Amino acid sequence: MKALILVGGFGTRLRPLTLTLPKPLVEFGNKRMILHQIEALAAAGVTDIVLAVNYRPEVMEKYLAEYEEQFGINITISIEHEPLGTAGPLKLAEEILRKDGTPFFVLNSDVTCEYPFKELAAFHKAHGDEGTIVVTKVEEPSKYGVIVHKPGHPSKIDRFVEKPVEFVGNRINAGIYILNTSVLDRIELRPTSIEQETFPSMVKDGQLHSFDLNGFWMDVGQPKDFLTGTCLYLSSLTKKGSKELTPASTPYVHGGNVLVDPSAKIGKNCRIGPNVTIGPDVVVGDGVRLQRCVLLSGSKVKDHAWVKSSIIGWNSTVGKWARLENVSVLGDDVTIGDEIYVNGGSILPHKTIKANVDVPAIIM
Amino acid sequence: MSLQIPHREKANGNTGATKAVILVGGSSRGTRFRPLSLDVPKPLFDVAGHPIIWHCLTAIAKVPSIHEVYLIGYYEESVFRDFIKDSATEFPNLSIKYLREYQALGTAGGLYHFRDAILKGRPEHIFVLNSDVCCSFPLNEMLKLSQEKDAEAVILGTRVSEDAASNFGCIVSDAHTRRVLHYVEKPESHISNLINCGVYLFSTDAIFPSIRSAIKRRTDRPSRLVSYPSSENLESSFMIDDDDDENRKNEVIRLEQDILGDMADNKQFFVYETKDFWRQIKTAGSAIPANALYLQQARQNGSKELATLSENILGPVYIHPTAQVHPTAKLGPNVSIGPRVTIGAGARVKESIVLEDSEIKHDACVLYSIIGWNSRVGAWARVEGTPTPVTSHTTSIIKNGVKVQAITILGKECAVGDEVRVQNCICLPFKELKRDVANEVIM
Repeated sequence: MKALILVGGFGTRLRPLTLTLPKPLVEFGNKRMILHQIEALAAAGVTDIVLAVNYRPEVMEKYLAEYEEQFGINITISIEHEPLGTAGPLKLAEEILRKDGTPFFVLNSDVTCEYPFKELAAFHKAHGDEGTIVVTKVEEPSKYGVIVHKPGHPSKIDRFVEKPVEFVGNRINAGIYILNTSVLDRIELRPTSIEQETFPSMVKDGQLHSFDLNGFWMDVGQPKDFLTGTCLYLSSLTKKGSKELTPASTPYVHGGNVLVDPSAKIGKNCRIGPNVTIGPDVVVGDGVRLQRCVLLSGSKVKDHAWVKSSIIGWNSTVGKWARLENVSVLGDDVTIGDEIYVNGGSILPHKTIKANVDVPAIIM
Repeated sequence: MSLQIPHREKANGNTGATKAVILVGGSSRGTRFRPLSLDVPKPLFDVAGHPIIWHCLTAIAKVPSIHEVYLIGYYEESVFRDFIKDSATEFPNLSIKYLREYQALGTAGGLYHFRDAILKGRPEHIFVLNSDVCCSFPLNEMLKLSQEKDAEAVILGTRVSEDAASNFGCIVSDAHTRRVLHYVEKPESHISNLINCGVYLFSTDAIFPSIRSAIKRRTDRPSRLVSYPSSENLESSFMIDDDDDENRKNEVIRLEQDILGDMADNKQFFVYETKDFWRQIKTAGSAIPANALYLQQARQNGSKELATLSENILGPVYIHPTAQVHPTAKLGPNVSIGPRVTIGAGARVKESIVLEDSEIKHDACVLYSIIGWNSRVGAWARVEGTPTPVTSHTTSIIKNGVKVQAITILGKECAVGDEVRVQNCICLPFKELKRDVANEVIM
């Protein structure tokens, strides 16, 4: 089987992290975002993966070569010279996607969930039509495009309603699809949208079904959602009884959902959790309080600091008695001075912060 | 009562006795020192480990010719009883008495009211110190200048920025002779940036007659009559005797408004300009710069009271012997820890005063703040004020266009929950803070 991952641009919404690494390489739950997807695809029997990008992905190549070897798959980078939207990239990669005539998966790289590729493929095969889109239930459908089924049919899609004012349903497009190669005939090689052009035409022909996603789903394209998505992901690991998580019996673990890389060092008298990921080679000092935060590899949180709802970028340092909260995001190699308070600060790479950031601000 | 003018005993090498008066005010004053003055009279508030007036007494004790000190104010008698008792041991060469005004008489009115007591023993000079002043009190230098110039009055002056000057009494002086040429209290326009520090040395021959003539001027020209020039209203005695309120108001005579301007015109009035530190202790927040300045002074004087510097003790830090500070807590610079205070492991305290019986729990951070008596700061909590420039004479700052207090103050028996952050807040006594707060007064 084959899959195409829609990566698109560098991921400006996830800056300042994506000033240093393209989004697919940012670690989510201590694992690069793209690796979550590659792993799940490979496990479902996918052998050819296309990454649709519209930048020169030099930094990605090294990692992708590694993953090709690790999973015994082929990964191709398909570069758009002009952005082709969400459908154009499929046409661009037509040659690979048509290989062996079997259906192919399409994924938005921003989406995290428990990828149900095997079940999705089986469901798709069973209904026999051209396409299946994964849908997830949301609390506030009015913010999204909602899917409406044909009356009396459990999966066949009747229409899409963009940002409905009145309740018409609560299932939204989760950004994961499986399509027959025939769908490529419906797409022209130009900037075009799969949601707005391809899918409506398939719906018209009664060729599109929905597949309900179980478990969590999150678009983690921006820092706030990245943190929420991390909480959901860690909760799902806890639910599965994952051995990766630090046992709740560990003295410093508070409230569970704590993922610590084995190479990280944790000081004395810390209180960590809930919902914390600590990456490789991270150093956490004594008496540190961490909750709902992400510490990326090589970062350092010094003694008695307090971090909540924040992302600490690679190789960054948080000073003693510093306090970070409210979706503060530190880019690569940022230094927060001792005793400094940062409230919702987005700090660009290589900056040193010596004065409080009292109100949310971007520090250039 | 008539004024008895003492003879000046001079020339035979005996320079005559000097007395000192500390003006302590009363409980209806010092409202700007709230919320701290709700629980302790401002003059007794601990700064650098000692009551504000202890610092005045320490300076007074260094003047060999002073043996008697009066505290004049209108607090109840009992307020200063313990302090005076303790001071008798600490300052064995000083006799300290509290003279209570039964109504506010003004800074000069109080002096005049107690003139018999003050003039007993015929002192040649009296020092008058406002208790709400934090400075090095260079009293010997003022005395020396007084003798050099054969002065009738010497005022302590300091230079401040032009913007700040109009909030104080402004002194115009002759640069060479140091004679005061002109004095205006809180002028509307710029007069001078040499300001009144609230510390005076008066010759007893000069000050009491000056106050007396100020009272006389008042009596001769009751303010209400100025607007009624007709002859029937000129019967001032009728007006004053009949109007008790007016009478009382007339007794309020203030040095700054009623005496100093006149002295500049008529007396041998000189200014001693200090280059040393000076701050007014006006708002509660101003106790933080005062604390810092007195601690730095203590360090310069090699005071044995200060904690020994180490990795976790930075700059001057006063820790009361009964306080318990965990060895991993980091304190300083400019921190005073009161009696029976507990500071937990890994706590951080900087530029702050922690008052008696308070507790700072582990990993908490207290910066630019005053923690009131018997208060609790939770684990990983952050209680934080904002530093003001060293040269600033104000304790408020502008944040997002709104004036807020720079120093965070917790009144008596307040509690800050674990991990809670309190920034630029004034918290009245007995409040519990469970959520983050900033830029607020919490009633």
